[in-house]
Amino acid sequence: MKISRRGAFKVAAFGAATAAGARKAEAREKKEAPADATGMLYDATMCIGCKACVSACRRANSLEMEAHSRLYDDPIDLSANTANIIKFYEGEDGTSFIKQQCMHCIDPACASACMMGSFQKRQNGIVTWKPERCIGCRYCQVACPFNIPKFEWNSATPAMVKCQMCLAKAGTTNDGQLNEVGQPACTEVCPRAAVIYGPYEELKAEALRRIAENPDRYEDHVYGLDEVGGTQVLYLTAKGIPFSKLGLPELGTESVPALPVGLQHTIYKGFIAPVAVYGVIAGLVWRSRRQYDKAGEEVGA
Amino acid sequence: MVLPTLDSSPSGLMSVDRRDFVKVCSMAAAAVGLPAEAAAKFAENAAQGLKPSVIWLHNQECTGCTESLLRTHHPALDELILDLISLDYHETLMVAAGHQAEEVRRATMEQHKGSYILVIEGAIPMKQDGIFCKIGGQTSIELVREVAEHAGAIIAIGSCASWGGIPSAAPNPTGAVGAPTLLEGKTVVTIPGCPSNPYNFLGVALQYATFGTLPELDALARPKFAYGRVIHEHCPRRAHFDAGRFVKEFGDDGHRQGWCLYEMGCKGPVTHANCSTLNFGGVDDAWPIGIGAPCFGCTEEGVGFTLGKFETVEITDATPPSTYPPIFTQRDGPNPWATMALGGIIGGAIGGGIIAAKKVSQPSEDEIGLGGV
Amino acid sequence: MNNQHGKPTPIGGPIMTPVMKICLGLAAVSGLMLIFRFLVGLGPVTNLTDGHPWGLWIAFDVVTGTALACGGYAIALLIYVFNKGKYHPLIRSAILTSALGYTLGAVGVMIDLGRPWLTWKLPIFFWTWNLDSVQLEVALCIMLYTAVLWIEMAPVFLERWETEDSKPKLQAFAKKWTPILMKAMPWLIALGIVLPTMHQSSLGSMILLAGPKLHPLWLTGWLPFFFLISCIAMGYGMVVLETMWSRTVYSRYRETSILTALSPAMVVVLLVWVAARLLNILAAGKIGYAFQLDRFAILFWLEILLFLAPAIILMMKPTRSDKDRGRLFIASGMMVTGGMLLRFTAYWFAYNPGQHWNLYFPSLFEIFVTVGLVAAEVAAFMYIIKRFPILTGRPSAALPT
Repeated sequence: MKISRRGAFKVAAFGAATAAGARKAEAREKKEAPADATGMLYDATMCIGCKACVSACRRANSLEMEAHSRLYDDPIDLSANTANIIKFYEGEDGTSFIKQQCMHCIDPACASACMMGSFQKRQNGIVTWKPERCIGCRYCQVACPFNIPKFEWNSATPAMVKCQMCLAKAGTTNDGQLNEVGQPACTEVCPRAAVIYGPYEELKAEALRRIAENPDRYEDHVYGLDEVGGTQVLYLTAKGIPFSKLGLPELGTESVPALPVGLQHTIYKGFIAPVAVYGVIAGLVWRSRRQYDKAGEEVGA
Repeated sequence: MVLPTLDSSPSGLMSVDRRDFVKVCSMAAAAVGLPAEAAAKFAENAAQGLKPSVIWLHNQECTGCTESLLRTHHPALDELILDLISLDYHETLMVAAGHQAEEVRRATMEQHKGSYILVIEGAIPMKQDGIFCKIGGQTSIELVREVAEHAGAIIAIGSCASWGGIPSAAPNPTGAVGAPTLLEGKTVVTIPGCPSNPYNFLGVALQYATFGTLPELDALARPKFAYGRVIHEHCPRRAHFDAGRFVKEFGDDGHRQGWCLYEMGCKGPVTHANCSTLNFGGVDDAWPIGIGAPCFGCTEEGVGFTLGKFETVEITDATPPSTYPPIFTQRDGPNPWATMALGGIIGGAIGGGIIAAKKVSQPSEDEIGLGGV
Repeated sequence: MNNQHGKPTPIGGPIMTPVMKICLGLAAVSGLMLIFRFLVGLGPVTNLTDGHPWGLWIAFDVVTGTALACGGYAIALLIYVFNKGKYHPLIRSAILTSALGYTLGAVGVMIDLGRPWLTWKLPIFFWTWNLDSVQLEVALCIMLYTAVLWIEMAPVFLERWETEDSKPKLQAFAKKWTPILMKAMPWLIALGIVLPTMHQSSLGSMILLAGPKLHPLWLTGWLPFFFLISCIAMGYGMVVLETMWSRTVYSRYRETSILTALSPAMVVVLLVWVAARLLNILAAGKIGYAFQLDRFAILFWLEILLFLAPAIILMMKPTRSDKDRGRLFIASGMMVTGGMLLRFTAYWFAYNPGQHWNLYFPSLFEIFVTVGLVAAEVAAFMYIIKRFPILTGRPSAALPT
């Protein structure tokens, strides 16, 4: 079979279309935090590791105890029962506690992944999960750069579990208000105000102020300002202890959905390309079939 | 007509210095969690002679709760208590006896109808119509019901009066029950304990006496300010529990260092009380765990006098220990059998592919003579 | 040209051969295992974790399984877009493999989902669709394409039911619906070309959402292109493998000349893939990763090898002997393996969630269920080609095993 000129042209056109789509992937705009965005600021230098936040989170969200021994609630990591955890770092450069929970990204990968919008940024930009349309495909877990969403592996009717800033506390729906004092449970109980809740812009300003006023105390970087397009949970760490050692990965500034979603939208913008291609192909098929009919060849599949 | 009450000071109340009196009132108010202005009101009421009448009934009891009340720690406080309230009927403390005492009781009930405080100490036997406890020919059942009829407030002091206490321990031969069971339908504030801490009682009594209100009560009608937490939640040895430092045997090193008594059967995790913060007799650490004895749950029905002394209890409201998980969690590796199985399948597929290639290369009858390939 | 091959006819012969019995047995055991899986959840039976939420069932059953089922797509491209009618004898078995393969892929999805009872909402609740989600397009496309494939298979069933020896009711049904179907067929065929183009490439875009967790050698906007081109190569490869094998086993005319004529198309596709892959890595400045001494570099070069080697083999001068058949078969096997490797790497080997998590390896349960599903597909294939007119060529004298 020799490749005809027409055939070669078709191949080239085909390839060029997909290649063009790949190149124009940057077509996706950078997302900004909503105007009424709230968030949390965790200052690792002030945390005393009392774990009141771990217990408070469990109670507020009716999560089961993670009792590896009979006596204690001792989770070793975030899981389907634990939406918030305190971990401890010990190294040559010092010691520090770190609080881990959902980062409530400004351009969340989990929300972009979820086909039916179970994960969504809802009020105040808080990323929440609703069970009504979740099919448990776990694409959100693949997407999250922090590996936050957890799946109830040992349940026949599994749910996804992660911090929702207590928007889903007992007695409220996922669109309910925060608790009576208007804060997530962890920020409410923290005895040192190591983790605080408030409007995102104010927390951002506060974090930068703390670094500016105490340059010897903090690393000169607020984690979450730029990482993966920005997160509504911000972190400060002690000078000399890098964030990566506390389990906060080094990430670029581009949000995770930028590449695939940009790619997808460029190719399928307005669904024009598929319809156009369908039209062309339908025409070609119809013509081929007519030729076969004329030649008396087999019709049908 | 009110007979004189026990009064050891020469000229009664006014012999105590006013400043001392107010100070004691303040401490009393503070100890029971009432606001500062209560102290002033106590003093005022006392000065005006507006003391609420109290009728104190004893049933199946050891009088320990009365005794603990007498051992509040400020000097002359027992006198002042008796002067802040008018203890009109108390079988242990009153001077009158016999029919005379019963007369006092009935007169008090008449005079202060609807406003006197009824304090019940001791369980009430129910079996055989309550003949196991009779005073002046009346059974406890009759007495308690009669006095409760027109009481302004009813307080059951001690575990026996609250839920039956020791007399109700298995096999409960007398059918002992607490006052709330007998007085179903009425609000009976319970102050369990064996003995109950006197300040818990004082808090309720003085609040009612001064403001006419009762403190916030839980589902078992225990004042929340005293019984809102289990011992485990506010125990001075909690840090040892969280760190896993347990006494294994009385007298061992851990015991000498004051470690947690959970494994010795401490009922702290299931016992609502405030012994850990109040102490007894005005002495620091004068409470069971403080002196190295595991709590046996004397306030809690179903725990005290029911569970074994050294029986450990379940922790239902677990909290994190004092250890921390590491930043990067360690997890198990893959199963070697699965690796072998998959390896086998892949190997089989490759081998199969090669054999298949040989087989398809062989010519078939149909195609010989059709130009080979 | 057509007469040599003859009309498609059922192979006939006994259904319950030993091979069939083994396949049905494996499938039945898998079925029982799956009942257990739905009762206890995924955790107790798989090695999937929060760090590796997708494992063998997604990487193989769904992503690779559907790519292996791209034979129908690849052949349809040749016949209808490039106007090469001579490939017609291949189309039915290709479509059958596709239909069964996509059904296996759909089943694979269902058993992997945590809450599959809500999937009915997906195609219906269009107002809840998150148009940012690549997986949405993949899911809807695959659902529609699977339906299209079975409708494209319909003429086969109708043809069989139209014959004299089937029940009168079926005959009447077939007589009524065949002309309607034939009228709609061009539109369906066109759909059957557009849909796989869309979702096979989107399967590549889908894994890009893993972002920083995906190794740089696979984290590229060109991944959908690589997925698409490799699926076409896999499609041709599978058509060759499956055609040669089933016709050898059932003693039918092997259509070797047609299959060998696929070689130029294969070579083009393979070389385009290799060129694009290498150019992409060079242009993105990632060539350094390809020369690190780690498993990712090995996987990368293995991929290249598995696409380049068959191209070289196919470009060799034909010997006009039986060796050519063997060469074609081996080359097809290599390109299929190459495509599989690309998908396994993108969805499993190159996905690294971080220090917290050990490497994922499937559990025995997962492996066995996959084997069982493939066995079910093979059993269905064998049954259909024996009872329905799929394969062309004169049946030979000897009965098949």
